[in-house]
Amino acid sequence: MIEIDHVSKRYGDVTVVDDVSLTIPKGGMTTIIGPNGAGKSTLLSMMSRLIGMEAGRITVDGLDVTTTPSRDLATRLSILRQDNHLDARLTVRDLVAFGRYPYSRGRLTVEDRDKIEAAIDFMQLDPMRDRFIDELSGGQRQRAFVAMVLAQDTDYLLLDEPLNSLDMKHAVGMMRMLRQTADELGKTIVLVLHDINFASCYSDRIVAMADGKVLHNTSPDLLMTPETLASIYELDVSVHDIGGHRIGVFYR
Amino acid sequence: MSVSTTAIAQGVRTHWRTDRTPLLRLGLLLLATIATIVFFMTINTRGNWDFVLPFRARKVVAMAIVGIAISVSTVAFQTITENRILTPAIMGFDALYMLIQTMVVFFFGGHTLLTLDPKMQFGVEVAIMTVFSTALFWVLFLRSRYSLYLLVMIGIIFGALFRSLTNFAQRMIEPSDFAVLQDVGFASFNAIDESLLGVATVLVLASSLVLWRALPELDLLALGRERAISLGIDYQKSVAIVLMATIVLTSVSTALVGPVAFFGLLVANLAYLVVGSPWHRYTLPAAALLGVMALIGGQTVLEHVFGMNSTLSVIIEFVGGIAFIVLVLRRRPT
Amino acid sequence: MSPPVSASRTMPIRLSRSIGLLPVAVLIVAVLAVISIAIGVYSLDWRSVLSGDGVDHSTMVLIESRVPRTIAVILAGATLAIAGLIMQLLVRNRFVEPSLAGTTESATLGLLAVAIFAPGIPIFAKMLVASCFALMGTFVFLAILRQIPLRSPLMVPLIGIMLGGIISSVTTFFAYRYDLLQSLSAWTTGDFSSMLRGRYELLWLAGGLALLAYIASDRFTVAGMGEEFTTNLGLNYRLVMISGMAIVAMVTAVDVVTVGAIPFLGLVVPNLVRLVMGDNARMSIPWIAVSGAGFVLLCDIVGRTIRYPFEIPISVMVGVIGSAIFLVLLLWRAPRVG
Repeated sequence: MIEIDHVSKRYGDVTVVDDVSLTIPKGGMTTIIGPNGAGKSTLLSMMSRLIGMEAGRITVDGLDVTTTPSRDLATRLSILRQDNHLDARLTVRDLVAFGRYPYSRGRLTVEDRDKIEAAIDFMQLDPMRDRFIDELSGGQRQRAFVAMVLAQDTDYLLLDEPLNSLDMKHAVGMMRMLRQTADELGKTIVLVLHDINFASCYSDRIVAMADGKVLHNTSPDLLMTPETLASIYELDVSVHDIGGHRIGVFYR
Repeated sequence: MSVSTTAIAQGVRTHWRTDRTPLLRLGLLLLATIATIVFFMTINTRGNWDFVLPFRARKVVAMAIVGIAISVSTVAFQTITENRILTPAIMGFDALYMLIQTMVVFFFGGHTLLTLDPKMQFGVEVAIMTVFSTALFWVLFLRSRYSLYLLVMIGIIFGALFRSLTNFAQRMIEPSDFAVLQDVGFASFNAIDESLLGVATVLVLASSLVLWRALPELDLLALGRERAISLGIDYQKSVAIVLMATIVLTSVSTALVGPVAFFGLLVANLAYLVVGSPWHRYTLPAAALLGVMALIGGQTVLEHVFGMNSTLSVIIEFVGGIAFIVLVLRRRPT
Repeated sequence: MSPPVSASRTMPIRLSRSIGLLPVAVLIVAVLAVISIAIGVYSLDWRSVLSGDGVDHSTMVLIESRVPRTIAVILAGATLAIAGLIMQLLVRNRFVEPSLAGTTESATLGLLAVAIFAPGIPIFAKMLVASCFALMGTFVFLAILRQIPLRSPLMVPLIGIMLGGIISSVTTFFAYRYDLLQSLSAWTTGDFSSMLRGRYELLWLAGGLALLAYIASDRFTVAGMGEEFTTNLGLNYRLVMISGMAIVAMVTAVDVVTVGAIPFLGLVVPNLVRLVMGDNARMSIPWIAVSGAGFVLLCDIVGRTIRYPFEIPISVMVGVIGSAIFLVLLLWRAPRVG
């Protein structure tokens, strides 16, 4: 369980996250949505100790993220940011192996190797395991980074806009894999997404943010109504039931 | 069952294939370096072995210390700054050391304790240097995340400022004979200050050991700040350790030969090319060996083949400048 | 950079302010010039100067040394600042100037070539050779810039600095081989202490060139917008570009051959003036000339008095102050990542 307790973050005079309190239960997939500048990524970064907070407290399974040793947290929680640029020339396998660092500090055991192989298999990266990261397509690279996070084998997986730079086919593939990770491996997945329809089709819960505040924290079915979406995005959205999912249409 | 065995076997095979090549190349580098040293020691001795050997041995040690200090510090620095263009020298750290050197004379000039013992003075300088450059680095890199080009630019201009201030302070000290103090504009590899050789050796070995012990952290830091933290590194602590080792190494090399802007850039990037592997257990030794080899080999060729003594650093600047432009132009957009 | 819309909106205020205050600035420079003439190791006897017989020692010092020096300072300061601006207009990058584009270093290389191959030729010929080298160096710089997609405006000065470094290392190499390091240091270290009558007059040529640049400044602004834009307005792009760069190269060469290089001047002064005046080149050139002259005069006066009776060369003084200001300009509202 991730508990966010009256957390605020400011950059200069701008308050990006404004006194947010939120509980993300263990298991399943929670998606954070909201317009640009809502504070979604900042909140995710604070949950994963990448940036500090001005006020409040965040705990993961009772561990305060600002005081718990980084290495202990790394065995419970992993984060994947949207930037998947990398200057170092690493092979896919090398990159995925980094996921085992919190356990082995660079000396891989047999168990580490098994986890690495499993992560590579799970993300269907076997054919390109020895290719260099910078030679891969955007979608393949994104999968390699997810495989690294999977090899880290943490209960909580935080992903910041994992669908960025993916085309439709790869975006669907990525969401299916994340759903599978939550269902088959029992991981807790927290995502920041821009696309409300992906959020609606795959998530167990949706947290909607705007102007640094949490507006809604509910199930996709309850969130996907024209009134609620209008309150988040200040835009008219018509909602339709298609194939058992609620789809928002807002293009005209 | 059979599937997983194949997977593991495959894993082992790829493991070997990726691991052996850099090790082999490192071995070849080692051989080449030893050959260079032997060549330098024995060329044109004209039978004066008793005089020439100890004399040249001291030179070899001095150049090796400088070569290791510059190349190792550059690789480590490029790792914590996550790019392959910046070096401690380009960030103006060597110019800062020169400034501190001058300021120590400026403020403690009459102080007998310091002027009597060059080692003591050296220690004071390194201590001040560590404090100042750590502070500078912290403000520029960790408090505000500037873009790479801006950082390079800031570093170069800081270097220019430090050099001007050094020049200024030197003229304030003793304007009549400032010419003696003033550096000629380029470093000298064949007139290394040997009184500091003992201290320098200890400091370089100690810093290299610190970096060697931090090898896994270095590999992780190369992934970038956020990934390193996510993988459980104590980012600030690791960066601080690596940075301080870098600063001590830069101080040592600057104290011994003066500022060399591009040597580190050249050697570090050559090392990445030669080993073809991102792991620091290969890149650090490769850079060190290349640094030693380039200095001693370059000096041998210039001294004995072309009969030129003090031009090595000028040639390094020439090649290094071109390498820098090529690196900037070839950099992929982020 | 401020958007052009807001610049044009505030123009009337700036225009009136600029016209109103320019005489004040000129007056300040005049006062500085008088101070510059008055100070020195030999204290002038003003009464004997004013008595007007023209043969006493004070008058000699005044005519032979003090006045030439002060004129040299004013001319060098004003022309280098304008040369910096012209280069910024043509390259359309506010962080370039002759010493950040390989121009100054190329001029020095030219002087070295003269010193090696034809040491006896007159100073005017030396200056011409240095100008040609400076021009060639500048075109190499422009050619490199044209080859690459610029991902950051800061890449322009970065490449210029590195090109300058490469050229400098060639110069140092040959200066060392031909035992000319002493002369090299004179060219690379700007210093007014040797400005006597008969040794500074070449700077008037730089003054004339700067005036020419003032008259043609609109064309340089247009050329900076690009080849298509310039041709569209009926101007010959190549001609404007070459003549502009020729002016910059000659001003730089004159400066290096008489005073020695003064770093950052051409960058700092136009940028500081721009902060107040906006981007209109034609309007800001008088201000840049006056500020450049005043800035160098002030630095020169401080350099002569701070360690009296010794002198701190102008390149060191401007190097310290100029690089400090440059850093502030870089960090002030600097673009940040993340």
